[in-house]
Amino acid sequence: MKNRLLWPLIALAALLVLNLVVTPSFFALRMQDGHLYGGLVDVLKNGAPTLLIALGMTLVIATRGIDLSVGAVAAIAGAVTCVHIGSSGDAGTAFVGMAIALVLCAVLGLWNGFLVAGLGIQPIIATLVLMTAGRGVAMLVTEGQIITVNNDPYRQVGAGFVVLPISILIALAVLGLVAFTTRKTALGMLIESVGVNPEASRLAGVKSKTIIWTVYVFAAVCAGIAGLMISSNVSAADANNAGLWIEMDAILAVVIGGTSLAGGRYSLTGTLLGALIIQTLTTTVYTIGVAPEVTLVFKAIVVIAVCLVQAPKARAALSFRKVAVS
Amino acid sequence: MTESLSPVVEMRGISLAFPGVKALQDVDFRLFPGEVHALMGENGAGKSTLIKTLTGVHRPDSGQVVLAGTDVAFSSPGQAQEAGISTVYQEVNLCANLTVAENILLGREPRKLGGIDFPAMRKRAAEVLSRIGVHIDPASSLGEHPIAVQQLVAIARAITIDCRVLVLDEPTSSLDAGEVAELFRIMRVLRDEGVAILFVSHFLDQVYEISDRMTVLRNGTLVGEHLSADVDRRALIAQMIGRDLGALEAIEEAAEKHQADGPVLVQAEGLGRRGAIEPFDLDIRAGEVVGLAGLLGSGRTELARLLFGADKADSGRLLVDGKPLHLRGPRSAIAAGIAFSSEDRKGEGLVADLSIRDNLVLAMQAARGWTRPLSRRVKDELVEKYVAALDIRPANPDALVRTLSGGNQQKVLLARWLVTEPRLLILDEPTRGIDIGAKAQIQHLVTTLAAEGTAILFISAELEEVVRIADRIVVLRDRHKIAELDGSASLDEVVELIAGGAAPEKVAS
Repeated sequence: MKNRLLWPLIALAALLVLNLVVTPSFFALRMQDGHLYGGLVDVLKNGAPTLLIALGMTLVIATRGIDLSVGAVAAIAGAVTCVHIGSSGDAGTAFVGMAIALVLCAVLGLWNGFLVAGLGIQPIIATLVLMTAGRGVAMLVTEGQIITVNNDPYRQVGAGFVVLPISILIALAVLGLVAFTTRKTALGMLIESVGVNPEASRLAGVKSKTIIWTVYVFAAVCAGIAGLMISSNVSAADANNAGLWIEMDAILAVVIGGTSLAGGRYSLTGTLLGALIIQTLTTTVYTIGVAPEVTLVFKAIVVIAVCLVQAPKARAALSFRKVAVS
Repeated sequence: MTESLSPVVEMRGISLAFPGVKALQDVDFRLFPGEVHALMGENGAGKSTLIKTLTGVHRPDSGQVVLAGTDVAFSSPGQAQEAGISTVYQEVNLCANLTVAENILLGREPRKLGGIDFPAMRKRAAEVLSRIGVHIDPASSLGEHPIAVQQLVAIARAITIDCRVLVLDEPTSSLDAGEVAELFRIMRVLRDEGVAILFVSHFLDQVYEISDRMTVLRNGTLVGEHLSADVDRRALIAQMIGRDLGALEAIEEAAEKHQADGPVLVQAEGLGRRGAIEPFDLDIRAGEVVGLAGLLGSGRTELARLLFGADKADSGRLLVDGKPLHLRGPRSAIAAGIAFSSEDRKGEGLVADLSIRDNLVLAMQAARGWTRPLSRRVKDELVEKYVAALDIRPANPDALVRTLSGGNQQKVLLARWLVTEPRLLILDEPTRGIDIGAKAQIQHLVTTLAAEGTAILFISAELEEVVRIADRIVVLRDRHKIAELDGSASLDEVVELIAGGAAPEKVAS
């Protein structure tokens, strides 16, 4: 276990050190009006939506599935909430709007679960349906406009502070909740069992369908919360661009964290590290001033490097080179 | 076969250690051209390790491998193959979605103008197939053929290269009698062409039927090398299990037959499924061991799966305690106290990447649902109890099941069901591919459970075992239930019924 997380940890440390070299004040934290600011806080704050979605994705991937629809679901959550809030400024309306959005996300998760567990459609196809259709739904909700709101309680979710940014606290709370639930109940074991060997699990009497349904609903709710953060941070709902490609970042975070796309054993700590690496990388791109046109190439190179050092074969080749040189 | 010939393979003083285990210690091994050489030993004796050392998967810590007079040190299976050592493993590892010809010549395709010359490929494949007397269309896709034919294709693939040594690692474990006969015919053809064949099997009868010479390993050391004609069955077993002759006696004493007169627990009335098993009637009483005898493909497993709800019946009904029970799936069977230990331990039984503890409690936890977890204390108690009772090794509950030997995996699977305290325990081939010590323990367990009132449905390809252990024997042939015999039936009676014209799959001497 420790071994599996060693390389992601090293990669994260390397990125942080790189930032420190370029921006000596990167690790500096300062308090201002009771709020904590600094480079590290920014990384955590901006990474919160990715982390949330990656948590849901981890459990889905552990059951041999994948959920491509999370970005679209995030957009729907923001759209529904903003449309419900409209021009209102009071907290009640904001909370009702968020509650409606999250219930709707749970229903969308049920839909994904139905396609995968109920109809037996391959997860990548089943969730592709909602990935494309979901953006359309969000467009319908917002009638094709970017909806801006001016509601202070809602703004707190993505941009507020209780010493730390509230979005960080929410993401960590969900992380804690998932870790607690999967470890204290039998959910984690049954998820892994279904992911490692679905047929053996069925014959042992595991309700695989219920388990699969549960993880898709959970992933959709996580995506919903992330969507609220994204929309709340800018006090607007953008059906086209909110959470765009975030499913790819989330899948990447899971994989970098050492959970295999083939399903089975998963690591929540690994996913946390993966999400942090991806966010730090994005931040690094800005701090070291990578030209915008090569940003994606730079990210790709780092991600490939991280994946390579985790692969036993590549590591063996590297150490062989070292021996040969010396 | 004669001593005057020089061996094609000679391994001298091979030692190999894995972390914590001395897998091989100073083992010598000779293989002569034109012989079938059986490698014998219990699970964990070092058979696989020795084979893998020969085929370049492992490199020995010390000792030398001599191939046709030259020292060799293979660092990969590919190198061994180029040198003329081909291996066919127990599990067919070919590509089911490619054609037979493509599988046979994969990586060695005849080429033309930068592309693959398909007509030439089919022609060459057909030649190889006809060399071993297998007549199938090389252009057909491999997946269409039964496992046995796929195995023969794997052999055809192995001999397309200039093959001097052919290693067959448990090739017969999923074949029925006719298929085994076909395999043996091909092995004899190759042997007569001068190929040296190394053969591993747990079926003693097959070993005696086909092998000319045998090497016996125990605990990573060489026990002896004999001509097969020189060593009788009992002496061979004694060599394989060493001092532990008690285990042999335990097997023979294990079966204390009794006529069960408990109430009928499970009753099938005209239960059947098209293409799997014709409708059958069956009563199973509490405390009774019912044996299912029949060839592979006779519907043994299919019958068991219907009783457990793993497949849905399309005719008839099932009664438990005299009341009809509609099985919607394994869960409803488990709720009614029926447990099924599959013959396919890896595919349908165990969850290989989970620990012994998780595998042990899986069925019980699944029945409770994820919201009602078993407490750590209860789990530890259960695990401790069954690891000790079944002598599961290693006794470390955190060990991944993947790392266990076949016998211990089987015990973990059994323990998973024993934890649920089933009223009917269906055991499909619980003793296949496991060593004789574990076999004795499992047979003993079956009789003990029955004495305590559990009903057992016992399926085994080894008829001798069924006859010895069962209070009542149900005979299947061609997916029909054809007879029911009481426990005093002799092996010959059962064989005669099963054979019904066909050759018996497995007749013990």
